Amino acid sequence: MLVLGATSSIAIATMRRLAAQNKRFMLVARNRDRLTAVAQDLVTRGAASVDTWAMDLDDTTAHGEMLAIAAERLGKIDLALIAHGVLGDQQAAEADFEIAAAVLHTNFISTVSLLTWLGNYFQAQHGGTLAVVSSVAGDRGRKSNYVYGASKGALNIFLEGLRNRIDRDGVQVLTIKPGFVATPMTAHVAHNALFATPDQVAIGILKAVDRRRDVAYVPWFWAWIMLLVRAIPGSRFKKMNM
Amino acid sequence: MGRSYGDVCLLQNGTLLRTPNLDRLISFDAQTGLLRCEAGVTLAQILDFAVPRGWFLPVSPGTKYVTVGGAIANDIHGKNHHVAGTFGLHTPCFELIRSDGTQLVCSPTENPDVYSATIGGMGLTGFISWAEVQMRPIVSRRIRYHSTQFVGLEEFVALSQASTQEYSVAWIDCVAQGRNFARGIFIQGEHDENPGPLTPLAKPKLTLPFDLPAFALNRSSVGAFNTLYYHKQISKQRSGFTDYEPFFYPLDRILQWNRLYGEQGLLQFQCVLPWAINTMGMTQLLKAITTSGLASFLAVIKVFGDISSPGMMSFPMPGITLALDFPIRREVSFDLLDRLAAITAEFGGRMYPAKDACMSAAHFRQFYPQWEQFAVYIDPSFSSSFWQRVAGLG
Repeated sequence: MLVLGATSSIAIATMRRLAAQNKRFMLVARNRDRLTAVAQDLVTRGAASVDTWAMDLDDTTAHGEMLAIAAERLGKIDLALIAHGVLGDQQAAEADFEIAAAVLHTNFISTVSLLTWLGNYFQAQHGGTLAVVSSVAGDRGRKSNYVYGASKGALNIFLEGLRNRIDRDGVQVLTIKPGFVATPMTAHVAHNALFATPDQVAIGILKAVDRRRDVAYVPWFWAWIMLLVRAIPGSRFKKMNM
Repeated sequence: MGRSYGDVCLLQNGTLLRTPNLDRLISFDAQTGLLRCEAGVTLAQILDFAVPRGWFLPVSPGTKYVTVGGAIANDIHGKNHHVAGTFGLHTPCFELIRSDGTQLVCSPTENPDVYSATIGGMGLTGFISWAEVQMRPIVSRRIRYHSTQFVGLEEFVALSQASTQEYSVAWIDCVAQGRNFARGIFIQGEHDENPGPLTPLAKPKLTLPFDLPAFALNRSSVGAFNTLYYHKQISKQRSGFTDYEPFFYPLDRILQWNRLYGEQGLLQFQCVLPWAINTMGMTQLLKAITTSGLASFLAVIKVFGDISSPGMMSFPMPGITLALDFPIRREVSFDLLDRLAAITAEFGGRMYPAKDACMSAAHFRQFYPQWEQFAVYIDPSFSSSFWQRVAGLG
């Protein structure tokens, strides 16, 4: 299993559930110390082997080398989980294009680079699962976080198109749409009853992988919430404070 | 976790270091059962990991929702104190990060004085980053238990002293007066020595999604609960097998049970009284509670053993410990706590800082005369509301 953004809470929770099944892992993330800590944790929990690769995934020019090494070390990539991302500062991004562009680069452009390589790899292999952590925020443009939302919305469209291209080759392209999750990314906001733990999200992800789903809202009740949110007409939506 | 009872972990106008993301395991030796993990790992997480592998916590408190760091800092104890001592006795090594950036590996041989000050040191000596926990082997999740009704403290002490089991504790009724005074149920048990299931049984937890109104918990409702609980056990004795979860963590089945106490919350009290020729001190404590009319849901009483802790400020001492909680009813509750503290002091006992919110400086210094030696090891950047109150730095 290849995990990009392997020190994210959702990635860690997902890998922990798989570690006991004697899986082999290749972890990629920016912070070397945290990578080592996560790798030790997975080995302790029963992972067959854990390789790590420290890099900033924003650097798309280094993706090819990293992915080639991952494929070589794992022998065969059966499952790739893309979980890196930033929430960004919406207000700062409203004032400064460079800040907005950085959010789009990390959440969308860098992911497109990974998906291009991995999509072709899986297509050639005639199988495998590409699981990508997107967000419910990509379903509508909300005034409170539309820059982040746009990066995830664009990602959703890209994933849909990629799926329509390579599903017929036996490749599962899974768009994961978590709602609010209690992680360091959301540590600064007050948590309400809708917040899920990373482990609840991990359970949803693994279930969706098992059932070869295309799109998974996690936890499941977000499918209903977003059905309602998507049903709000634009003329009403623009007057709401969401 | 944010689930502490008192103010040992709080600091008014200070910065609180939360550790939920320090939840990684570092290593586990499947031969010896030695686990090394980060300090934010909870006992619940350790059990999820270790029980299926045939290992159990060396010491288990009444809830599994505590972190390893908190367990060391409060040098917690459990139902097996009389045979296993405190948690600190089973943490052969840990790392302490001081505010000047130094990282001290502490063990009985390496920085032994800091090791001793940090076990039960209420988090004041620095930041515990990781620790080793010596687990104990099990062959089954099941506990063989045996429970016995008793009336009166003498009967409780006799049952405790006669028990040969690894775990023992008693629930005691703090409402009943007259001929039912000090009635309770003595519960003992040990790990099933016959190989049995190790993997968990899926069972959803009950959660209280809201706070009950304060009037839900009054003398008659708790009295009724206690009578029911007492008579749940129809026969005087009962034996059987149970999963370890309900045996060790009955309240964890109701996540956020504290909300039963309503918005105003609850106060905890735990003290230990040393052995004396009779149980007069404990009788006085119970009388003070029953006559106060402040209902206590569950009061727990247990005999501590004489295994001493490596911790300088550790709470347990040989004798009888009583732990209970009651709702905050303004002055009445605090008046009662003052009475209980005075009785504890009179009989040479001590109170447990981890469960305290109002211990006076004078009482603290009487309970822990070694406090000045301990203060030398406090990290200059660390403090707590509790410490400011009892050390007179407030």
